[in-house]
Amino acid sequence: MYVAVKGGEAAIRNAHRLLADRRRGDRSVPALRLDQIVEQLGLGVDRVMSEGSLYDRELAALAIVQARGDLIEAIFLVRAYRTTLPRFGYTRPVDTAAMHAERRISATYKDLPGGQMLGPTFDYTHRLLDPELATGAPVEEPEQRDIEPEAMPRVSDLLAGEDLIESDGDLPAGHVTGDITREPLEFPLERDARLQALSRGDEGFLLALAYSTQRGYARSHPFVGEIRIGEVELELDVPELDFPVTLGRIRVTECQMVNQFKGSAKQPPQFTRGYGLVFGQSERKAMAMSLCDRALRARELGEDITAAAQDEEFVISHSDNVQATGFVEHLKLPHYVDFQAELDLVRRMRADHEAENVTDATTKEAAE
Amino acid sequence: MQPERGLEKKADAARKAAMAAFAGATGDQLRQLAQDAGLPLESETMRGPETGLVTVRGRIGGGGAVFNTGEATVTRATVRLPSGQIGHAFALGRDKEKVRLAAILDALWCSDETRPAVEQKIVLPLAQLATRADARKHAETAATRVDFFTMVRGED
Amino acid sequence: MVLAEHITGGFGDPVFNAQSVFRSVMGAIARPGTVSPVASLAGPPAPLSPTAAAIALTLCDQDTPVWLDASLRGSEAVASWIGFHTGAPLAHTPADAHFALVADPASLMALENFAQGTQEYPDRSTTLVFQVASLTAGETLFFEGPGIERVATLAPTPLPRHFIEQWKQNRARFPRGVDLILAAGDGIACLPRSTRIRASEA
Repeated sequence: MYVAVKGGEAAIRNAHRLLADRRRGDRSVPALRLDQIVEQLGLGVDRVMSEGSLYDRELAALAIVQARGDLIEAIFLVRAYRTTLPRFGYTRPVDTAAMHAERRISATYKDLPGGQMLGPTFDYTHRLLDPELATGAPVEEPEQRDIEPEAMPRVSDLLAGEDLIESDGDLPAGHVTGDITREPLEFPLERDARLQALSRGDEGFLLALAYSTQRGYARSHPFVGEIRIGEVELELDVPELDFPVTLGRIRVTECQMVNQFKGSAKQPPQFTRGYGLVFGQSERKAMAMSLCDRALRARELGEDITAAAQDEEFVISHSDNVQATGFVEHLKLPHYVDFQAELDLVRRMRADHEAENVTDATTKEAAE
Repeated sequence: MQPERGLEKKADAARKAAMAAFAGATGDQLRQLAQDAGLPLESETMRGPETGLVTVRGRIGGGGAVFNTGEATVTRATVRLPSGQIGHAFALGRDKEKVRLAAILDALWCSDETRPAVEQKIVLPLAQLATRADARKHAETAATRVDFFTMVRGED
Repeated sequence: MVLAEHITGGFGDPVFNAQSVFRSVMGAIARPGTVSPVASLAGPPAPLSPTAAAIALTLCDQDTPVWLDASLRGSEAVASWIGFHTGAPLAHTPADAHFALVADPASLMALENFAQGTQEYPDRSTTLVFQVASLTAGETLFFEGPGIERVATLAPTPLPRHFIEQWKQNRARFPRGVDLILAAGDGIACLPRSTRIRASEA
């Protein structure tokens, strides 16, 4: 039951003022600038863009400051802002094969066209805290190497020739691309709508589910076919121009996960695939997304659905951290009337229970 | 039907490239170049500059069915020069002044008398800047390329 | 290619103009049969009227397919103008339309051809905008229903053939059915699907 209760205005006003003060912290410490966050906490910015589902670095940085570094709160702020903007249209699909790659690796093929490039990765670092970073010591310029740019075909295209791997996921001709921001979720979902939900899904939740598939909850034996991070061009068709207009570039992370598949009545044994595509440099998220995408294809591939990660309704309904935090956190709002009703109910049940016990005891005594 | 990538007419391709250069520039770069070029920048705003969203699309597996990945902020503007020439601009982000200027530059590009100046003094320098930045980034990434070598083991 | 005439005549101040028109539409739909003023804020190509155009600029966007009647479809400028200023795609059939702009109501097909919504989602229906010459010069109609204290009157013209009978059928489909905005030169009136019409005072 919802009952409007008034009061607390002054307390709320002062709480907001206190929040602003604590957010700013010690005034003798210089205030953070947004460009510092964009430049130096870039992966936090990327996470807010990816789960906030809005590519705009400065806005994500602002949200992080406003949320005092609470990334889920920042994601919430970005989602709320998003709803205030009109939508101009859908871009043409990005072409990840034409990516200006900043990192590209494969765990399945050593020598692939375009080569393996580690890029700015944490991999192979020793995970030892570096006290030098605390001193603001100067940082070396990166090494440069003069190699002619080479085409970088997707690994999946290399394997496709042999028919040992399934093709890129197609949907039936005439299928209208689903949009979870426009239509309410109705299960079962097509893979396109699932991928849209996963792409904005909570990294921690998807990571845990992905991990569960590796530990035996949904059989999977995955390989990273390829991960690439870099900038892709966005193009938009607009009625006033006869050509798709270039909007600029965004950085994305793409993961092609390759899975063994023993085949089914419908399909011969071959490798199947899971796909991840995420805003920014978000490798862990893209990998988790591709593992979840593959696990969620159980029904399509005729596999037994035995684990949480394969249960579309479970995964997609709980992957959005804005929804999740809203529902969990609403519990702290006043439920006084609800609780009074429950209290009353428990009192009555308690009285009935005690009365019954007394009767039982009396009956027992009498019997003895 | 929409023309496929790369099949646009030649004139369209040149205008598209110019508009892409404006969109890719920072607001400061564009303002500086426009000021140095001494082009007439009076115009009337027909629409915007206004900020909205585009839904970014990808393809399943990289080349399969289309899906929606998320949104990005985009700003657009349409202007009219005193000559009546219309210009449009679209760019990622929320820099309205940059996009209004880009629309003016597009209109100037579309006018035969001013196109050479726009090409020479704005599009070309921007393209050079972009090429240099890309080359540098490529070289930095290339330095992290792994050169595998195999140790010969055992006897054959 | 878009010509200059397809581009001029949008809202001078998109945010505040849209807000004022929205307020008028909301008021008119909440009180069926009353006339809400709409200032002349848009300058569309003919035969789209400034009032209907202002409503389109306020309510239509990328996500709302718009259907144009034959008279509006006949003008390439109208479709371009709506596309440029609102981003709304043209609906292929009346049943796909979120909005329908009708410059010539007298020749309009039956209302049942437009999207009627579903029992679960009655809002997924077409909102029709009729360009009318007058709200007072036609045959007087008597309105009853939610938002009307006793009875409201209006005399719009022109209207589709057998309009009163058609509206009775529309009312019978409730909660499904279409809603109607009557756009005259200086104001609008609305007929939501919940309104009943009689031709004579009871």
